[in-house]
Amino acid sequence: MKKIAKAKIDDLFKAISEKEVLYLPVDDAQGQAAFIPWKEGLKMSGDLNTVRSAKDLFFPQVESLVNFKMDGKKLEIIDAKRENDPFVIFGVRPCDAKSFEILDKVFYYSEPVDSFYIARRDKSTVVVLACNEPEETCFCQAFGIDQAEAAGGDVSAWEDGENFYFKAVTEKGEALLEGLPLEDAEDGAADDIKKAAKAVMEKLPLRDLDLSKFGAGKTQELFDDPAWAKLSESCLGCGTCTFVCPTCQCFDIKDFDGGKQIRRFRCWDSCMYSDFTQMSAGQPRPTQKERFRQRFMHKLVYYPDMHEGMFSCVGCGRCLRKCPIHMNIVKVIKTIGEEK
Amino acid sequence: MQVKENFTPTIVAFCCNWCSYAGADLSGNNRLEYPANVKIIRIPCSCRLNPMFILRAFQRGADGVILCGCHPGDCHYTTGNYYARRRMTLLFSMLDYLGIEKERTRVEWVSAAEGAKFAQTMNEFVEAVTALGENKRLEDLRCKQ
Amino acid sequence: MQAVIKKKAKELLECGTVDRVLGWKAGEFFYDLTPAVFTTPEEIDKDFVFSVFSGANMSKYLIEETKKEGKVAAFIKPCDSYSLVQLQKEHRIKRENCYIVGIACDGMCDMGLVREAGIKGATAVSEKDDKLVLETIYGEKEMPKEKALLERCVHCKSKKVVDFDEMIGENGEENPDCGRFDEVERLEAMTPDERFAFWRSQLSRCIRCNACRNVCPACSCEKCVFDNPDSGIAQKAAASDFEENNFHIIRAYHVAGRCTDCGECSRVCPQNIPLHLLNRKFIKDMNELYGFYQAGADFETKPPIMNYTTNDAEPSVVYQRGGSK
Repeated sequence: MKKIAKAKIDDLFKAISEKEVLYLPVDDAQGQAAFIPWKEGLKMSGDLNTVRSAKDLFFPQVESLVNFKMDGKKLEIIDAKRENDPFVIFGVRPCDAKSFEILDKVFYYSEPVDSFYIARRDKSTVVVLACNEPEETCFCQAFGIDQAEAAGGDVSAWEDGENFYFKAVTEKGEALLEGLPLEDAEDGAADDIKKAAKAVMEKLPLRDLDLSKFGAGKTQELFDDPAWAKLSESCLGCGTCTFVCPTCQCFDIKDFDGGKQIRRFRCWDSCMYSDFTQMSAGQPRPTQKERFRQRFMHKLVYYPDMHEGMFSCVGCGRCLRKCPIHMNIVKVIKTIGEEK
Repeated sequence: MQVKENFTPTIVAFCCNWCSYAGADLSGNNRLEYPANVKIIRIPCSCRLNPMFILRAFQRGADGVILCGCHPGDCHYTTGNYYARRRMTLLFSMLDYLGIEKERTRVEWVSAAEGAKFAQTMNEFVEAVTALGENKRLEDLRCKQ
Repeated sequence: MQAVIKKKAKELLECGTVDRVLGWKAGEFFYDLTPAVFTTPEEIDKDFVFSVFSGANMSKYLIEETKKEGKVAAFIKPCDSYSLVQLQKEHRIKRENCYIVGIACDGMCDMGLVREAGIKGATAVSEKDDKLVLETIYGEKEMPKEKALLERCVHCKSKKVVDFDEMIGENGEENPDCGRFDEVERLEAMTPDERFAFWRSQLSRCIRCNACRNVCPACSCEKCVFDNPDSGIAQKAAASDFEENNFHIIRAYHVAGRCTDCGECSRVCPQNIPLHLLNRKFIKDMNELYGFYQAGADFETKPPIMNYTTNDAEPSVVYQRGGSK
């Protein structure tokens, strides 16, 4: 295990960014944390989590796929894929780290694989930082995530008042820590931090969220549940929950004709939108009730169906904070779970 | 703003069918000159101009957009240009608020008898936009490359 | 206040004046209230909440609710009531299908601001004098209530409920000196370069979740132009700077003259973009150029953008006013 004094953290950031691009959660002009490339003078955000999740760095909101150019009758096809430089994401929370595993199952390991996602994923080194001060909206424990353990990345990190502690988990992580201005620390150095974090975890109001009504094979049981109508009644149909979600993975592919070139790009899509998966035959989910149901069934039933029972939610609590009308996955789980 | 050498701006002129389009016609009949980079789009009335048309013209490569219509009081549909006047005032003010050069947009009233005014207006506007240089703040790079 | 409102809601259901009540439903915490329709007095007893976190504007929901059969009761705060009147002017709300209870309002709080003040893990709240006392998983914390007030409440334009069947609490007055245009003036005084930099730094953070549009009572088109694939500008995400600007200019423009400045757009923005500054620019311009107008203040006055005089200012007026060159 390695450590560095917090007062010297800038030296560490500098050393990392000399090797690779370093993404760090930083407060923007409006005090909202976001992952941005570190440069001299930027301070790490004190917020528990970024507004947009860390998935942006592997699966950006907008991404060019291919461009077409017409010259007379000749059609030129231009590959829009760019080589990525290796990069480090520092300060990913354990919930977001778990979301990478969920996205990997879709983009990395399921055929057809997503070469754009893989290219970024392979170039990344993830430093997961344990949560000392989880918030009331955190319910990652319900999905088996331990906020004190900082698992799921290449390096696990902990912080206390004075120091950051690091432990390499993978080879990539060891390669990153090598040559950085770090001091040695004994193996149990982070034990007290973990103990304190575990004590806080006991106090979180949503830690006992009961997921037993959901999971693989529950489609028949839950699809026609009368509660969907009531729950979706107040939904405005905006895409906030899907766009701040670390595990939402739906995208759309569109063409833009700029006159000189046609650009084919993909962008995040939201099942809350009225034109989500619209086909020439019409809209398969005509009202907000069906769209709303799709979002939660996907996370809690369809995804587990396809991926060995694993839920596609990590309990980061972003949708609890950001939904304009405060309808969220916890309310869905509790409402539908209770009535059965 | 850096002005490229030999920069000729692309100007989109929305002209009302009843006055200004005829005014443009007259300026042509009279062999009056105005730059060829003024692209005229005929609209049924100045109030047909959806603010989005202006933004879209900028997106698609315009460096300046001008709206020409009948003089207030002379609208073929009696009141269309009065509404257009308010709409454009508010839109131009908003563009200015967002930091987009206000000289890139203009409204001029040109009647069917004012061929000379049409040519003069276009010459002046092209000159003003040339001085500003390329539209950078409302451009869409995807339309340029 | 909550007790009186709950009593009134139950009374209206029991005596058959209405068969549904639109209100705020309790969530997991003290602050995550969801607009909901209540149909029985038992539901109201169990879940109805009115607190300083009942910020959501109920008028938007009345568009759909009043299309249904029967009558719905709604509790309307002063700023909601302007939207209510404006929507009636546009024939979007069937007034005969709703029963409006006006409620006096001292300002609504925002959990985002509580969090920004550094208070983490809040699980309960109480008010003491001018302070919010928050119980958190890290012990008790307190903060001045005014620091947690929504922007629209800090600059509250009116405490008057303009349309109601009955009133709970005393109806207030309009407040023309609320200073809501101060920030717009500050921006106008900047140079265009500064303004451009300011708006780029704000709008470039937009994630196009459409929350500002969908929550807006004035945005009540059946199909938005940005959702219509035939419009040529439909976007699911802003793929260029232009599209960001375009969306926000058009969003604000399309509600100009109908926007009551209820502030919902800024309240719901997940990225905290000050969207109200766009809407207020239009309001301020219209006030200055065409005479004072407050959307939703009455049923008669025509909005400036649907009106004209023969001696209006020419668009060239823009070259003389607004910020320096």
